[in-house]
Amino acid sequence: MSILLYLIPAALFLGLVWLAAFVWSLKSGQYEDMEGAARRILLDDDESETD
Amino acid sequence: MNNPLPQTEPSGYESLVKKDEKGVQNLSLMVSGAHCAGCIRKIESALLRENAVKNARLNFSTGRLQIGWEGPSARANDYVKTVESLGYGIKPYNPDAERESGEEEGRFLLLCTGVAGFATGNIMLLSIGLWTTDGETMGFATRELLHWISALISIPAVAYSGRPFFRSAFAALRKGHTNMDVPISVGVILAIVMSLWETVRGAEHAYFDSAVMLLFFLLIGRTFDWQARRNARSAATDLLQTLSGFASVIEKGKTRRVLVRDLREGMAISVAAGEKIPVDSILTQGRSSLDTSPVTGETLPRAVKPGDTVYAGMMNLSAPLTLKVVKAAEDSLLSDIVRLMEKAGQAQALYVRLADRVARLYTPVVHILALAAFLLWWGVLGIAWQQALMIAITVLIITCPCALGLAVPVVQVLASGLLMKRGILVKSGDALERLASIDTVLLDKTGTLTRGKPELTGIYDEKDLQLAASLAVRSRHPLSQALSQAYTGKMPDIKNAAEHPGQGLEGIFQGKAVKLGSRKWCGVKGPADHADLEICLAAEGEEPVFFRFADRLKEDAKETLGKLRAKHLGTILLSGDRKSVAESVAKTCGIEQAMGELTPVQKFEYLQKLKTEGHKILMVGDGLNDAPVLAGADISMAPGTAIDMAQNAADIVFMGEHLAPVNAAHDIAVFSQKLVAQNFLISILYNMIAIPIAFMGLVTPMVAALAMSGSSLLVIANSFRLKGKT
Repeated sequence: MSILLYLIPAALFLGLVWLAAFVWSLKSGQYEDMEGAARRILLDDDESETD
Repeated sequence: MNNPLPQTEPSGYESLVKKDEKGVQNLSLMVSGAHCAGCIRKIESALLRENAVKNARLNFSTGRLQIGWEGPSARANDYVKTVESLGYGIKPYNPDAERESGEEEGRFLLLCTGVAGFATGNIMLLSIGLWTTDGETMGFATRELLHWISALISIPAVAYSGRPFFRSAFAALRKGHTNMDVPISVGVILAIVMSLWETVRGAEHAYFDSAVMLLFFLLIGRTFDWQARRNARSAATDLLQTLSGFASVIEKGKTRRVLVRDLREGMAISVAAGEKIPVDSILTQGRSSLDTSPVTGETLPRAVKPGDTVYAGMMNLSAPLTLKVVKAAEDSLLSDIVRLMEKAGQAQALYVRLADRVARLYTPVVHILALAAFLLWWGVLGIAWQQALMIAITVLIITCPCALGLAVPVVQVLASGLLMKRGILVKSGDALERLASIDTVLLDKTGTLTRGKPELTGIYDEKDLQLAASLAVRSRHPLSQALSQAYTGKMPDIKNAAEHPGQGLEGIFQGKAVKLGSRKWCGVKGPADHADLEICLAAEGEEPVFFRFADRLKEDAKETLGKLRAKHLGTILLSGDRKSVAESVAKTCGIEQAMGELTPVQKFEYLQKLKTEGHKILMVGDGLNDAPVLAGADISMAPGTAIDMAQNAADIVFMGEHLAPVNAAHDIAVFSQKLVAQNFLISILYNMIAIPIAFMGLVTPMVAALAMSGSSLLVIANSFRLKGKT
């Protein structure tokens, strides 16, 4: 069962990575405008010319 | 389109621009009228097309538009004009008006849910091993390791993500009573403490997984609940919204733009034709006619001359006016009406939500049961106190209001979503609860039962219509607007066209003098032989033509009211318009009672009378004179065409030109309440089966948690029956 000594920290680390990503997405305002995000999917992206 | 009416140019926005550290000018605006993805695209790309604009983003949920550009701040007005010319309404953004506190709570809940989710997932990973085998097989050292790691994950996670419950439970306990969150907090903390004790002792079972899983599911329920409440806005917020906008102040012969909330008594302001009166004031210079419908509900404009008092919200129709401010914005009639609304709204807040009422009964019972289990097993039956405590905790957990916590919010969120697809915006979860319990419907006339704008009725000669429309298009008078909109052909040029406020228009066409206006203006003797609204067209040397108008009923008004009556709901019409008009409209629609010539205060007093008689009332209205009743009624609805104030005072706003949504919303509300009752039944049945089993010690907390999830899923599945009700 000594393999657990690797596996458990590995699993926890992955879990923490997810938590960090979630907190980042929350803090960077991705949940601000849910309605708008839902509508923006329907927009065509034809504005990819000169920038 | 032929529109010789001057539009008001936006100005004053440069004072709201802020420059950030990078030298970019930033401006926030409130946009109204954006309803779909296409609107987002239209607004953002129109602004981004300008070279100087660095970023433009519209927050669709709140209506806030943020623009950033490099250059002079005066460009702000150009950008405002760009968006307005696309057909959207723009107001200065008021930071106080945004529901910051609501958003913050949502973020907090999401964060707690995320942490609880992380903990649940990881501990469950470890628990699989712990529950599928025993200490002997896996080795005691391994078991200890798994227990300690579970403890390490769960204790900080529970301390962090349990905060919404701990805070609420603590607040309730301090006031001397309990709420739903007390047993949850007690159960969770007890489970953790006990599990820690067992881990230190080296025992076989620990229950960290149950504790975090419980929290996770409850937090999901809480988040749903928050989402359902998200759209609620308070009356106070709205007062600030309506006080937004600019006014032109005249100082020492010069005009400058000032925010409406900064206007003070004694200031001289000028209001152009097409602008709204910003504050209560006295007319000092100029003559014009005002559209008073936002404040009084009257369809016909009122002529005003120097010395008359005018009120905030009225629209200036024909000529520029100079006014002296009598009351600052917060003291205007508008604000008085809002204060009346707020008082009414506070009474509303006392409405105890169904879920909370259930909790009041439920929590003491739950605690007593758990305590009884503990005492029974330890005191009477003599088993070890840890095991007795385990059983008590199992009882607490299994009676956990997880399903109860979901029973109401899930239905409300689903129902709100369903209604939103039909263009019915429900602002708070409990609005549907209240809607289902009504027995009387109060309706406003103008704009609610009728279209709100006079329309041309009758058949007329094409040439007469063309001539009249060509003159009428130059005026903002509602009847002129109706006339010019009824004609779709080419409009010939009229020479020397002029408008005389309160009387009519005149001009020269093909060498002949033409007049359009009241009978007196056109030189017709004697009053009309009908009660309809009319304008007269008199061309030199020809017979006068009379155009008649009516504020038509909405197509489905009669049908909708018939359906409401079929459900045994009382219907009453409340109007500020003449009694005869109110009564005739009521008769046509089949409304039992009609009352006319009511002031806003009288409407409100009538509402109070009905309430003391014990009625539960739905109010449907659209004007400022309806606002106090909209706020004070048990539940209120306003059409999307209503003024902002009415839309904000109402609990439900419905789009479109039909009255049918009123009935549809009621049907769905009634069905939702049925589903909520069924959900409660499911939760209670589950409890009734599970509690005895837990009491008898046949269930471990783990199984209790699983069973709880099962009941939650059942409740959610039952709620989805709403989807079938299209």
